[in-house]
Amino acid sequence: MLLIKCPVCGVEGEECDFHYGGQAHIARPASTDPENISNEQQRDYLFMRHNPKGLHFERWRCDRGCGKWFHAARDTTTHEFKAYYGITELPPKQLMQQATGSWAEYFADKIK
Amino acid sequence: MRYSVFSIARNALQYHKGWAKVWRSPELKANYDAVIIGAGGHGLATAYYLAKEHGMTNIAVVEKGWLGGGNTGRNTTIIRSNYLQDSSIAIYNLAHRLYADLSQELNFNTMFSPRGLLMLCQTEHELRGFKRTAHANRLAGLNSRILTTPEVKSLVPIINDSPNARYPVLGAYYQPDGGTARHDGVAWGYARGADAMGVDIIQNCEVTGLSRDGDQIVGVETTKGTIRTKKVGVVTAGHTSVLMQMAGVNMPIESVCLQAMVSEPLKPLIDVVVMANTVHGYISQSDKGDLVIGGGADAYNSYIQRGAFTSLEHTVTALVETFPVLSRIKMMRQWAGTVDMTGDRSPIISLTDVKGLYVNGGWGTGGFKSIPGSGFVFADTIANDRPHPIAEPFGLNRFAEGRFIDESVAAGVAH
Ligand SMILES: Cc1cc2nc3c(=O)[nH]c(=O)nc-3n(C[C@H](O)[C@H](O)[C@H](O)COP(=O)(O)OP(=O)(O)OC[C@H]3O[C@@H](n4cnc5c(N)ncnc54)[C@H](O)[C@@H]3O)c2cc1C
Ligand SMILES: [Zn+2]
Repeated sequence: MLLIKCPVCGVEGEECDFHYGGQAHIARPASTDPENISNEQQRDYLFMRHNPKGLHFERWRCDRGCGKWFHAARDTTTHEFKAYYGITELPPKQLMQQATGSWAEYFADKIK
Repeated sequence: MRYSVFSIARNALQYHKGWAKVWRSPELKANYDAVIIGAGGHGLATAYYLAKEHGMTNIAVVEKGWLGGGNTGRNTTIIRSNYLQDSSIAIYNLAHRLYADLSQELNFNTMFSPRGLLMLCQTEHELRGFKRTAHANRLAGLNSRILTTPEVKSLVPIINDSPNARYPVLGAYYQPDGGTARHDGVAWGYARGADAMGVDIIQNCEVTGLSRDGDQIVGVETTKGTIRTKKVGVVTAGHTSVLMQMAGVNMPIESVCLQAMVSEPLKPLIDVVVMANTVHGYISQSDKGDLVIGGGADAYNSYIQRGAFTSLEHTVTALVETFPVLSRIKMMRQWAGTVDMTGDRSPIISLTDVKGLYVNGGWGTGGFKSIPGSGFVFADTIANDRPHPIAEPFGLNRFAEGRFIDESVAAGVAH
C-alpha cells in the first residue's frame, strides 16, 4: 500500500485515491510533418520503457483530490517516494544526478 | 533413474533410501555453447529442447535463486489456448498439445488436469467480445464455445446466477480441455530432463553483466565467475529489462506485482477453472482441496514481489460477489511475483541487435500455459539463429512496425 502526497493540493492518500500514469519525462518526437518521425522514434515514445530496479520517475493523478496530474520519484525496490513535483517541473537536482537510462540523457543538459 | 510403479515398489522395500538426487549441482564451467539466464519454466524448457531437439548439451542454465522460484513457482497454473489472434493461438495451442503428453515425455508427473475452463461474460460488451473470440477460435479449429447462464450454473453450482447481481453472469466462454498443471512439477520435470542430457543447471548464481565484443555477445558475468559463450538466452520474466540493459538493449516492458492466494483445504467444491475478467478474479481448486485464487496486477512499476492490499481486496470482493458461498472461507497464504508487461500484452520471443543475444519475456500475467511451446520454439530460434515460424510474429521489431498482437482487449486482465 502506497501513501502518496499530492504536491498541487497537498492532500495525502492511499494509492487507490490516485491514478498511476507510468514512466515520466518521455519526450514526444514532435514535428509538423509525421514523415519526419521514424518508426523507431515513435516506438521509443509509445513502448520503450526504462523500467529500472531502483529510482523511477513517474506520473500520478490526484483522482480524489484536485484532479491534477503531477510527478513523483519513487524507488521500485522499496516503494519509498523520494520527491513529488509539478507536472511541468523537473525532479530535484540530486535525483536528476542519480537518474539512469534514457532519463540520464534527458536530464543531462538540464542539470546545470 | 526412471520413475515407474516398479521403482516406487523397489524403493519402498528399501525404506525409500535408494532415491537418487533428481538433478546434479555441477560446478560452473568457463565455456559453454549457450547460456540460458533464468531457471523458470521457460528457461528450463528452452534448455531441455536445445539438448533434445538440437543436440546442444554443452549448455548452462544460470539462476540467481532456486530453480522454479520465480513466477513459475508463484502462478495459479491456468492453462488454455483460446486466444484471439492467430499468432497467439499458434503458440498457446502448441504448448497446450505438448502439455497433454508432458508427464510421459518427461517421465515426471506434471499433474496436467484438463478439467475445463470458463471465462465468465458479465457485461454485454464482454459477451460480444468472447463471441468474437469464439468465432476466431472456431476458424482455427479449437474446441471452445459460448455457454448459456443455465449451462454455467450446471457446471459451477456455487456460482451466483442472479440476474440482479451487479455484474450478472450472462454466459461464459468455455474451453473443455483448458485446465491446470502443477507448476513445480513442470519446472522440476524439465530440469530433471535437461540435467539428464548433460545440461548444467547452476542455482544461486546471479548474472551481473553481459559482455559484448562489438555487436557480438561473448560472455556472461556471474557471482560464481565469468562464462565465455557465443549464445545467450535471456529468460528472466520480471527482470528482462534489467538483464537486457546489461547488454545495452532497451525493452518495451514494465514490471509490476501480481498476487495470488490459497484458502484452507476444503471438500470438492468446484471442478472447473473459472475466470471472471470483468471483476478481476479467478479460481480453481487444487487436488489438496485449497482454492487457488488470483486477480489483477498492481498498477505501478515494482520489483518488490509483494503486491498491494488494494489489489487483494479487489479480488476478494469480486469472488464473494460471484461465489457468495466463499464469503467465510479463510485464506491461508498470499504471495506475489514480478510480472513483465508489454504494450500489447503479448510476449517477446526474439533475436536482438546484438548477435547471439536472444530474449524470451514479456509473458506478463499469463505465461505458465505457454511454457512447453515457448521453450520449443525458443530453442529452435537459438539453435538456428533465426526465428522459428511460430516465434516470428513475437519479434521485437513488431513495436517499430506497429504490427501488434493485441491480446489486451481479448484477455481483460490476467490471462
Ligand atoms: C501470481 C501469479 C499468477 C499467475 N497465474 C498464471 C496462470 O494462471 N496461468 C498462466 O499461464 N500464467 C500465470 N502467471 C504468469 C506466469 O507465472 C509467468 O508468465 C511464467 O511463469 C514466466 O515464466 P518464466 O520462466 O519466464 O519466469 P520465472 O519463472 O520468473 O523465471 C525467471 C527466472 O529468472 C531468474 N533471474 C532473474 N534475474 C536473474 C539474474 N540476474 N541472474 C540469474 N537469474 C535471474 C529469476 O530468479 C527467475 O527464477 C502468473 C504469475 C503470477 C505472478
Ligand atoms: Zn491534489
